[in-house]
Amino acid sequence: MKLITKRLSIQFDEGSPPFKFLHSIMLHYLVSCSIIILFASFSISAVAREITVKSGTKINTIQKALNLAQNGDIIKVTESTYYVEDILIDKSISLIGIGKPVLDGQKKSNVIIISAPQVTINGFVIRNSGFSNIKDKAGIRVEKCDRVRILNNLLENTCFGIYLAKVNGGTISGNIIRGNNSVIQSGNGIHLWYSNHINIYNNKIYGQRDGIYFEFATFCEISHNLSENNHRYGLHFMFSNNDNYAYNIFRNNGSGVAVMYTKHIRMINNTFERNWGSSSYGLLLKDISRSYISNNTFAKNTSGIFMEGTNEVKVERNIFLNNGLAVRMLANCEKDTFLLNNFLGNTFDFTTNGSENLNYLKGNYWDKYSGYDLNRDGKGDLPYRPVSLYSQIIEKLPSAVFLLRSFVAELLDEAEKALPSLSYVNLYDTEPSMHIIR
Amino acid sequence: MIQIERLYKKYGKVKALKGINLTFNLDQVVALVGPNASGKTTLIKCLLGMVIPDEGRILFDGKDIKGDVQYKKRIGYMPQIGRYPDNMLMGYLFGMMKDLGKIRLKDNFDEELIVAFHLEEMFGKPMRVLSGGTRQKVSAALAFMFNPDVIILDEPTAGLDPLASEILKQKIHKEREAGKLLIVTSHIMSEVEEIADSIAYIVEGEALFYKSIAEIKSESGEERLGKALFHLLQQ
Amino acid sequence: MAYGVLLSLSSFGLFLMNEDVTKGLSSLLTVLLIVVPLVSILFTTIYIFNSYEFIELLVAQPLKRSIILFGLYAGVGISLLAVFWIGIGLPAIIFDGTVVSWYFLLSGSLLTVVFVSLAFLASVVTRDKTRGIGISILLWFYFSLIFDGILLMVMFAFSDYPLEKLTILISCLNPIDLARIMVLLKMDISALMGYTGAVFNQFFGSSIGIIVSVLAMLTWVIIPIGIALRVFKEKNL
Repeated sequence: MKLITKRLSIQFDEGSPPFKFLHSIMLHYLVSCSIIILFASFSISAVAREITVKSGTKINTIQKALNLAQNGDIIKVTESTYYVEDILIDKSISLIGIGKPVLDGQKKSNVIIISAPQVTINGFVIRNSGFSNIKDKAGIRVEKCDRVRILNNLLENTCFGIYLAKVNGGTISGNIIRGNNSVIQSGNGIHLWYSNHINIYNNKIYGQRDGIYFEFATFCEISHNLSENNHRYGLHFMFSNNDNYAYNIFRNNGSGVAVMYTKHIRMINNTFERNWGSSSYGLLLKDISRSYISNNTFAKNTSGIFMEGTNEVKVERNIFLNNGLAVRMLANCEKDTFLLNNFLGNTFDFTTNGSENLNYLKGNYWDKYSGYDLNRDGKGDLPYRPVSLYSQIIEKLPSAVFLLRSFVAELLDEAEKALPSLSYVNLYDTEPSMHIIR
Repeated sequence: MIQIERLYKKYGKVKALKGINLTFNLDQVVALVGPNASGKTTLIKCLLGMVIPDEGRILFDGKDIKGDVQYKKRIGYMPQIGRYPDNMLMGYLFGMMKDLGKIRLKDNFDEELIVAFHLEEMFGKPMRVLSGGTRQKVSAALAFMFNPDVIILDEPTAGLDPLASEILKQKIHKEREAGKLLIVTSHIMSEVEEIADSIAYIVEGEALFYKSIAEIKSESGEERLGKALFHLLQQ
Repeated sequence: MAYGVLLSLSSFGLFLMNEDVTKGLSSLLTVLLIVVPLVSILFTTIYIFNSYEFIELLVAQPLKRSIILFGLYAGVGISLLAVFWIGIGLPAIIFDGTVVSWYFLLSGSLLTVVFVSLAFLASVVTRDKTRGIGISILLWFYFSLIFDGILLMVMFAFSDYPLEKLTILISCLNPIDLARIMVLLKMDISALMGYTGAVFNQFFGSSIGIIVSVLAMLTWVIIPIGIALRVFKEKNL
């Protein structure tokens, strides 16, 4: 009897496989139920009509089609170039482009504004929004409505690409956003403000200010996007909690990703690479807490991760490859853990500006570690100090970076290995791994 | 042929040459004789442009040799110690010197000594494995190779075996007969007597006397040159 | 010969030992900056002193002294360069093959000829072999360690002043620093950007900077050999 109760208690321990399984079944059930209900409500409410916009016919502008449409209708737009300005979609319709029709905003204002729930925009080329210093002009602007779907569009030369304000639920997928690379006249590729439950996936964003920008955006999923050559951040979070981003590539942006004033963010399987510049980072963490960073690759960034005021963040199984500084952790970071990461070919593995350390490093692989493993347990017998003496000198004297890789610098680091007391930074990996962690 | 006028040379504080005057002509073998460190070698080096004199000048065929290299085409030189790049093969050395020699004459090389010393047999050997004597033979062969008008030999027979010395002496005679100027330094009086016509006796950077051997003998009344010189120096 | 074997062994070894090519390259940079100058200067000095009598013989030939000196320079320089290319250049290009390895080759070659040039100066100012070798080792030690050590101390002493531009100027006074920075700007560009390195990068990273640093290196070739030629022309052998 005792045995059985024990077993039961184990089974219902949170996180154990049976419980997870149960959980996922419940979820599936809920989802399928809601799909059935939704489908039913559609088929009951009305039979969807199709309206076609075609030049030479009676309905030769989108506005005419919109005037005729009712909720639930599908408007098909045939291949042509339509010169438009602030098209207001205030009915729950689907706007479908056939053969990529062009909506040209003539650099006046927004191109499309959506203010009704359940609107779909699919398959358009949207270009030339206006630019204003006072009001943000966008290719597609969505305001105060739910369940929007923006799919497979190409946005060119728009100030903001897709702009969501106070939107609850929606999908942004398969879009390509090409900004004008202008530092002054470009806004963000995908911009979310006070929005939640938005799925953003398979988009490609180039040449904007921020590739994706989140302000007060919660419970969102960002995955499989490419954010490249944006002049500020590839992805930017402000006050946006409980979001996940995974399998994205952030390449050659002013900085890769900035996560600021935020908590509960999961960052998994992303690639941060070639974010170069005098104040450039793969990932900038500023005042964030209780987040999880795992299985990411940080390659060829000026700083892989830059951490400021970061607490209780777990950094696990990431690869830091060929960065200038793999991790820069300012002294105001606490209770962060680094486990099982690989540090390969970085000029500096770790730098910090303080001497006291309240963080925890264990079981990482450091290619600069030269200790030995007598008991053959795969862990180095001596702790590894990732903050080299020479990097501590640079901290005090930035121009000493000039002597990087000189004989003097090498001697300093060798001296530190022989006499660890020379180093004043109290940060070390207690069990450095002898082998690359795979 | 060669006029040396008031030549001065100092090495630091040591005065090697102190206003020496000498004239050498073709069809003559002159022996430079004198005690150690008397300035003989310095004089030769000045002649060859290896040492640059502080004062005075050297005329070669009436032309000042200062800053000139052309006159060296007409000089052959055998150094006291011949050292050559260790890994160089002897044959390659001769080939290289011939290439350099083409500056002087076409293809008319005097290879008598190479044949006489049987050097060709060792053409495949690198210079570092050769004995000091063999190297001397190489040096001698090189000095005569270009048919020069003037041949300078610094201690030519030191280190040579008797047979080789004899071959070299005969060669000197032969060149003398051909009307050339040979300048030889030596400490061996019998050898000087054998090959030279006249002696320039140099002491402390100055020419004490410069006379023909016959003159020296008759002045001193001695038959052997060594004794004659000793006699002369006693005066 | 032995130098060639040493270099190629060390470079192949370094590349094969490290799973990561970049780490191999960075270890090789240490070899490049320390061993290449040392061997170049020592080999040349010893070679010159060992062929002293041969040089005498050449001087007795109808050859200008400048031709003799440049002939020697070309002979030693070309053989050292060939060894360097085979020993380090080839492995670097085989294993790495990026632009970094080409910069390796460029700066290593320049370093080789600079230190051959310095060796000529060292061996022409004295007649004594031991002193000549001593001067060579001192020169190497000065450029590889003492110079940078002093520079570091000066930086500490004047840490309140902006020194970046000055250090660019100072770097021209040390060929090893020039060579190091040329490779560094291709290899550690990301680290340099992180600090005040932006100034260095602006200068050395631009094509003008590269040209200027190559010219500075060439000056380091020409000035020592020029002085050596002057001394050699007046030298008593």
